[in-house]
Amino acid sequence: MIFRELFYTFFKIGLFSFGGGYAMLALIQDEVVNKHAWISVGKFTDIIAISQVTPGPIAINTATYIGYESTKSVFGSFVATLGVSLPSVIVTTLLFLFLKKYRSRPIVQNAFKGLRIAVVGLILSASVMLMNGENFIDGSSLIICAVSCLLIFFKNISAIYLMLASAAAGILLYG
Amino acid sequence: MKTLLLLFWGFFKIGAFTFGGGYAMIPLIKAELVDKQKWVDEGDFYDTIAVAQSSPGPLVVNMAVFLGLKIAKFRGMVMATLGATLPSFITILWIAILFQNFQHNPYVIAAFKGVKPAVVALILVPAWSMAKKSQIKGLTLLIPVLIAAAVAFYKVSPILFIVAAMIVGNLAYGRKK
Repeated sequence: MIFRELFYTFFKIGLFSFGGGYAMLALIQDEVVNKHAWISVGKFTDIIAISQVTPGPIAINTATYIGYESTKSVFGSFVATLGVSLPSVIVTTLLFLFLKKYRSRPIVQNAFKGLRIAVVGLILSASVMLMNGENFIDGSSLIICAVSCLLIFFKNISAIYLMLASAAAGILLYG
Repeated sequence: MKTLLLLFWGFFKIGAFTFGGGYAMIPLIKAELVDKQKWVDEGDFYDTIAVAQSSPGPLVVNMAVFLGLKIAKFRGMVMATLGATLPSFITILWIAILFQNFQHNPYVIAAFKGVKPAVVALILVPAWSMAKKSQIKGLTLLIPVLIAAAVAFYKVSPILFIVAAMIVGNLAYGRKK
């Protein structure tokens, strides 16, 4: 039964994908290309490319796309997307309930003091990892990044306007 | 009811404009829930990022679940999560059904050459604001920089730092009374 298999596979992918985004690509590829052969390597590369130019988490995008491709039905898409999201919902809800109960304990308070420093580092690493030749192709890329930084820092520009403005700049420069 | 609709709509916008991975949506969630609706304060918001990091799955879904529960319990969680995931679901389904060669369209490619460097800025600036808000200064500023280098260049697992940070937090602040 392909729907059950889809749900189970994407549930597993959702459950074991820590660190978000590209960290889970290897796991997804192993399951959907190597083990189940639902799609080819070429198609998988296409999905990654599509994910880069469409909004939303890559795990959800992949689940939605493969769910449709492997069953040719919207229901397949729905089942795979539900499967990949459920572990997040369940585990985060458990964490929420745990914190609600123990939030005021000193051990939890102090853990958060440490976490705040580490999370700054993790966010910083996410931006450092994006500073590569694929995202910065020429001097204009550097200017777009620098101007964006200034606009966010001094003008607190909304991310939505920033996305629209930078897309327009891209079309003007490279289109 | 109004809160539930606002939660759905807020996360729908977040889901629709999040490109290049979960971290880029941090400023958008903050603008919507902290600055505009004032449902959570800034410190709580940053703690939520730490929790979302410790849970499996996409950051944006974890943030939606946690903040949805915090703001409007179970129903809030359902609305926020649906809002965050629906834009991807609709877009990808549409592409899968109708628009197979979307990623090769020259205008799409050109637009994204512009968007990608802007996304870097969208992640970089919040890291700075967060350090300031959490009063990380002086030598302590070196810690996040070293963590960033370890994760970005040496591919050390973020989970390791999350666990270590909780322990070090207790060792460093636990005995100060």
